[in-house]
Amino acid sequence: MTAAGPPSDAALAEFVYREARLLDEKRFDEWYELFTEDARYWMPLTRGQPDGETHTSLFYEDKLLLRVRIERLRSPNAFSQQQPSFCQHVLQRPGVEEIDVAANRFVVRTPFMYLETRLDTQHVLAGLAWHHLTSIAGMLRIRLKKIELLNCDAALPSIQLLL
Amino acid sequence: MQHYRDNPQAIRALVRPDAVHRDVYLDPELFELEMEQLWRKTWIYVGHDSQVPNAGDFYTTLIGREPVILLHDAEGAVRVLPNRCAHKGTKLVSAVQGRCAGGALRCPYHGWTYKLDGTLRTVPLRGGYQGTGFETAEASRGLPQITSTNYRGFVFARLAPEGPGFGEYFGDSLSSIDNMVERSPEGRLEVAGGVLRYLHDCNWKMFVENLNDAMHPMVAHESSAGTAKRLWEQTPPGTPMPMVIEQFVPFVNGYDFFEKMGVKVYDHGHSYTGVSFSIHSSYASVGEYERRMVEAYGEERTRRILGEARHNTVYYPSLTIKGAIQAIRVARPLAVDRTLIESWTFRLAGAPQEMLARTTTYSRLINAPTSVVGHDDLHCYRSIQEGLACASNPWVSLHRNHSPAESGSLAGTYGATNEVPMRGQYRAWAQYMTLGMPEARS
Repeated sequence: MTAAGPPSDAALAEFVYREARLLDEKRFDEWYELFTEDARYWMPLTRGQPDGETHTSLFYEDKLLLRVRIERLRSPNAFSQQQPSFCQHVLQRPGVEEIDVAANRFVVRTPFMYLETRLDTQHVLAGLAWHHLTSIAGMLRIRLKKIELLNCDAALPSIQLLL
Repeated sequence: MQHYRDNPQAIRALVRPDAVHRDVYLDPELFELEMEQLWRKTWIYVGHDSQVPNAGDFYTTLIGREPVILLHDAEGAVRVLPNRCAHKGTKLVSAVQGRCAGGALRCPYHGWTYKLDGTLRTVPLRGGYQGTGFETAEASRGLPQITSTNYRGFVFARLAPEGPGFGEYFGDSLSSIDNMVERSPEGRLEVAGGVLRYLHDCNWKMFVENLNDAMHPMVAHESSAGTAKRLWEQTPPGTPMPMVIEQFVPFVNGYDFFEKMGVKVYDHGHSYTGVSFSIHSSYASVGEYERRMVEAYGEERTRRILGEARHNTVYYPSLTIKGAIQAIRVARPLAVDRTLIESWTFRLAGAPQEMLARTTTYSRLINAPTSVVGHDDLHCYRSIQEGLACASNPWVSLHRNHSPAESGSLAGTYGATNEVPMRGQYRAWAQYMTLGMPEARS
């Protein structure tokens, strides 16, 4: 973004594509830097869940918990990753839902499929990703990434990487 | 090939005082027998009465493989009924929860209706059954009653008409439920915060054994809790400790801590760790909550209630509870190598919202399919499931602190790194797997 105005739809979409790519390529430190200090990475457990405190979530991570995940994935003692998992995001075109320049708030909605694989076992998940973005010093940052999993109420296997 | 059916001697031979044979985790026939024997003749957790607060409210689940309905009847009691129309077997309700329309259960196929106590109310064109023998057949009797007990909100059922009584089966282990309930200033729990459903590709017993296994956290959870601890140690001094750190860090306490917390063992496979203290003992106090507790119970009793910080209580074989954090986990066996673990959380009636936030945070961190703690636990269970294919050693060791003199009841208090809770579970397993089975083929 420049002083010329708010980010274009194309720039917002590009940001979402890049964010997914960083996860797929396991460039976790760069990915982590996309989040504001007060950011949340949230995957509710039910449809229409109002918050992450009075109800359990699948993820409700602040930056500290994201850092724990990233560091753990590098630990030689992360036994469930001794045969590592890999993931692939397949995104539909991100749609800009809200541009509020005064509030410095941009909301993007992206339908996705997500595949996570570990040796012979592959799981497919799908849902909607909501990116609540803000611009800091001309760079887009994530305030909230909310992932609405299509089968959030299903009995799920281990989901070991980040959607 | 059939080895174990009608062969109680062969089943008992799988359980040594200090070891258990790998077949208990691997053999599909034993799994079938578990569903027919152990999961029918013991008391299985069905649900909590707060899930069905009003007349006609239902919640559906499985006991072993049998679909059942937890139902709030017209008289205010909570019943457990088979979810099977007496006519052709259609499940009467298929939603997970809801309310019966018109105060009756109505089959979606041919419209037979049942009262909320399970008796058959109406059958369309009933005249067609005259003189057919219907009146003396099973179908005319409605839904068979299932023996159940509502213990302070926790509803258990025993599918088999005969078996141990509820009080006899659980005995003093029920004190863990008492403590969980008394942690509410109103003496009441409500299911809240949803249910995590985590598919485990392992035998159900590995999960249940792990709940009182105090020798694994410092090893299996080093990468998660240990990482959290290291990151915390790098923060500037004076930073207030986040709740998630408070919950993670005790998992990597040393052997000494886990040994000294103690384990209490009861008959019939039940036990709890955390007799003296536990990983839940050092959570920051919530002032408003304690004020309300003191108001309800007085200083001394409040201190006694909150002084109990039991870790996991195992209500063998289906339920494990954490009273101190108001979370429970329920094992639902699906196949010999497949188990659904449900994690439910509770609101302490009359307590501030902050207490529920602590509960949901804990359950997410530890019990979710996305949990970095859960991942390593399940990885180890799955590894056992695969590793036991090695025929060179068919025995799983449960020797830790075993005394060759150990016989009779194992009830008592021990150091918590003792494998005695597992030895107790397998005694109960052998007992209920063979209960009522005809003895010895010659």
